[in-house]
Amino acid sequence: MTDTRAFGASIKRLEDPRFITGAAKYTDDHTLAGTAHLAVLRSPYAHARIMSIDTSAAEAMDGVVAVYTGQDLKDHGFAGIPCAFVVTNANTLTPEHPAIAVDKVRYVGDAVAIVVAEDDYQARDAMYAIDVDYEVLGAVTDPKEAHADGAPQVFDDVPKNEILHWQVTGGDVEQAFADADVVVTETIRQQRLLPTAMEPRSTLARWDAAMGELTVWNTSQNPHIVRFLLSLVTGIGEHRIRVIAPDVGGGFGSKIPLYPEEAMCVFAAQKTGRPVKWTETRSENYQATIHGRDHVQEVELAAKSDGTITGLRAKVWANLGAYLSTASTGVPTILHGLMLSGCYEIPNIHEDVYGMATTTTPVDAYRGAGRPEATFLLERMVDKLAMQLDLDPVELRRKNFIQPFTEGHTVATGLVYDTGNYQGTLDRALEMADYKALRNRQRDLREQGKYLGIGFSTYVEICGLGPSEVAGAIGFGGGLWESAIVRFHPSGKVKLMVGVNPHGQGEETTFAQIVADQLGVAVEDVDVTYGDTAETPMGWGTYGSRTTAVASGAMMGAIEKIKAKGRKIAAHLLEASEEDIEFEDGKFFVKGSPDSSMTIQDIALAANTAWNYPADLEPGLEASAFFDPKNFVYPFGCHIAVVEVDPDSGEIDLQRYVAVDDVGPQINPMIVEGQIHGGIVQGIGQTLWEGAAYDGDGNLLTGSMMDYAVPKAAWFPNFELDHTVTPTNVNPLGVKGCGETGTIASTPAVYNAVMDALRPLGVEKVDMPMTPERVWRAIRDAQG
Amino acid sequence: MHTAPFDYQKPTSIDQALNMLSADGARALAGGHSLLPAMKLRLASPETLVDLAGIAELTEFFTDRGGTPRIGAMVTHAQIAEGGLGVLSEAAALIGDRQVRNRGTIGGSIAHADPAADYPAVLVAVGAEIEVRGSGGTRTIGASDFFVDLFTTALQPGELVTRVSLPDGAALDSGVYEKHKHPASGYAVVGVCTTPDHMVVGGATGAPVKVAGNNPDDIPGAISNPIGDVYASGEYRVHLATILAKRALARLP
Repeated sequence: MTDTRAFGASIKRLEDPRFITGAAKYTDDHTLAGTAHLAVLRSPYAHARIMSIDTSAAEAMDGVVAVYTGQDLKDHGFAGIPCAFVVTNANTLTPEHPAIAVDKVRYVGDAVAIVVAEDDYQARDAMYAIDVDYEVLGAVTDPKEAHADGAPQVFDDVPKNEILHWQVTGGDVEQAFADADVVVTETIRQQRLLPTAMEPRSTLARWDAAMGELTVWNTSQNPHIVRFLLSLVTGIGEHRIRVIAPDVGGGFGSKIPLYPEEAMCVFAAQKTGRPVKWTETRSENYQATIHGRDHVQEVELAAKSDGTITGLRAKVWANLGAYLSTASTGVPTILHGLMLSGCYEIPNIHEDVYGMATTTTPVDAYRGAGRPEATFLLERMVDKLAMQLDLDPVELRRKNFIQPFTEGHTVATGLVYDTGNYQGTLDRALEMADYKALRNRQRDLREQGKYLGIGFSTYVEICGLGPSEVAGAIGFGGGLWESAIVRFHPSGKVKLMVGVNPHGQGEETTFAQIVADQLGVAVEDVDVTYGDTAETPMGWGTYGSRTTAVASGAMMGAIEKIKAKGRKIAAHLLEASEEDIEFEDGKFFVKGSPDSSMTIQDIALAANTAWNYPADLEPGLEASAFFDPKNFVYPFGCHIAVVEVDPDSGEIDLQRYVAVDDVGPQINPMIVEGQIHGGIVQGIGQTLWEGAAYDGDGNLLTGSMMDYAVPKAAWFPNFELDHTVTPTNVNPLGVKGCGETGTIASTPAVYNAVMDALRPLGVEKVDMPMTPERVWRAIRDAQG
Repeated sequence: MHTAPFDYQKPTSIDQALNMLSADGARALAGGHSLLPAMKLRLASPETLVDLAGIAELTEFFTDRGGTPRIGAMVTHAQIAEGGLGVLSEAAALIGDRQVRNRGTIGGSIAHADPAADYPAVLVAVGAEIEVRGSGGTRTIGASDFFVDLFTTALQPGELVTRVSLPDGAALDSGVYEKHKHPASGYAVVGVCTTPDHMVVGGATGAPVKVAGNNPDDIPGAISNPIGDVYASGEYRVHLATILAKRALARLP
């Protein structure tokens, strides 16, 4: 590992001045001359047949350019919205997803008609004047209930609403349970969450009919995927489509998918000849942007009486919602089921996952995407086992940990973890928390009728998605490699172009740090370009904590090529042989005579002018490289939460939070901390406050920020963070991902802490979010 | 979020405002923190908004603790929070966040009569009087009579809240307010205001419920048909009221 100024420095984020001064330019900040505005009329029913649509009154209103229905879009020849991750070996069905509903609506928020008008107000005024006649059908919102005989059928060609049945099997689970001394069981409800990115979604489409060119500004985490999928939907050649994701204000997975509104804007732009823009309201964001989680999990854990875990068996009903969103079927299967061994040796594992269609908003990847659902399941069961056997949850974890490894470790689900030392993060976290003292305090407080709880989560996660060969095998409709171009301008300034798409994570800074560190230029001299398919090389986007872990491999490839070419140029100019040229701190010099040297800026000028240049060398100093990792990367860590529960009111006071994570070498520790802070908060949001609720008719009861509780900074103690450093061998810098670790780890840590606090009261389960009322009822019920 | 089209008027006197409000489809705009969201959701589509912000009389704020503090309808929550008015200031400081407190007004809040608001329980507990003016003149309504039910007050059509009158500072200091905030909205799931004489519960029912004495165990019997939602059932709200009352009583000066 290079240990210079730039790599490992907590420098302030280069992108922040424009964000914190309001100068960033988001999709909705882009308007072209003649832009018309699009509004979407959405279904007020979860499930209904469209009997008729009367658009005449709307069409006659001021400023209205046109009103279109699903039939108009279909007649235009557009294909449905594709699912791009159709998981294999699961009999996965892919029912059609029209961008605008044609015969039937399938969730509250499903598009029924669109209005294009001169301004946004006129578009929405006219939207309310469209008259739709519905025949209302039965709603089903719960994934397990959707599986039952007699449940409303979301699609005629999806029997029992079963989109997929996926299984993972390792070892002999039946035997493990037959031989078990103890079995603990639980039904876990992983509730539905609303991603709530600060910036809602937006799309602006311009169709240049004369040139046959489409330009789309879009709130996307992956503009190259949007371009690819838009070409499939619209029939426009991919080479004629430019997708620009300008500044994007958060995504958390919700801006991975290609959404119906992108197709609507392109369609409307083609029909009207005007640029067409749509920006969602927060109410639409909660109705029509993907949701996350929503599993019913029936779990059994088998063990020996000494606490050795021998088997895990689970049946999971995963809610996929009304249509298959872009990555939907991969989330509760590959990204969930394969993680079930966690950081433990569990020789026998079997899971059945049923992916269910329901009359709800589509469900897709939300920060952690499948892995939080696996980690919670496992960490909860491990704690239940500890309680059942009356063992300390720390000792039970330690007993079952995979021992430290550096050359790969295969678990029963078939994954090969890269490197790990789970004891290391646990030991450090225990030390920071002063575990012994905490247990003593807990005992003393209990005597005073106060209920302190200490909760653990020791996790490992898959990230750095991932090898393309695996992507193909599991049904992901694209590659998972990345590419990068490093270009030196004549003045020695550097432009780095990447295909990944940061949207708040700070890679304008961390990527500049990598380039600066490797090439010996100033961080400020590196411009990181992303977000425009016309200006960046192909890449598969930012999600799954893969951006740095994968793209840095491509950057390093390009950097090595630059260094090699620089060496040839320096050898020519310094009149030395290439083998004698060395490169360090931005200088090429002749081995043994450091005074005979040239800076990389000198070399850049020489390469760009080519006045005095090696005869057999191409001019310019620019290189591109592709990187396809050979494996995922597997960050890990230990989180400890300390809570106190008021048994009278059921209120939970989060008092301390200790997190020790191992994300490999840290390029910018301040940014890593920020990512972990945000992740922890989002994960605890699931435990304590967040939960999307539907009524029996399929109406979203938590449809606004007045009802859906997104955590606020003031509710948290200062987090106590530290880390260990175990580099991965999967990429050249040894870096892993840090974007999702907090979300994956914190939900069970706090849940387990609350259950630890309530243990003397006999409480065994509280559904999430653990609202005061739920805690109070659980205590009351347990006390009889 | 997009409102339906509407006209906008900004009177400079109460009489002028009353005249404008007598037109069909006219609604008074105070801080706008309930009305504008409702308009954006198209739950309300007034034809005309009559903005009260230009009426100097409504912004008058007399914090004379020795006499009778009087608060103009357009005085903001932030001003009240910093006004040294005992339990009323304590409650005002718990409303929403800084931005909400800087815009929201006491007149707008009580005329709207959201059951989850903080003022109703406190005003009933301290025995505040609400001064209202209509074309027929001015009348004064005791807070207990003013709050009738969910979003329902004793205001007659065409009447405006102009002023809230309070007891003296010592009486205001003798009250304590405890609130359980909804984690999303910050509104009171339940708020309880106690004084040496009684306990008043807000949030559990359409209008505040006054319970004589200082025994929290008397609260459940006094509340019928409590409000329930996804976050907190009626049963839990009643339970929460007894807990908050205990906490408030423990803090009684």
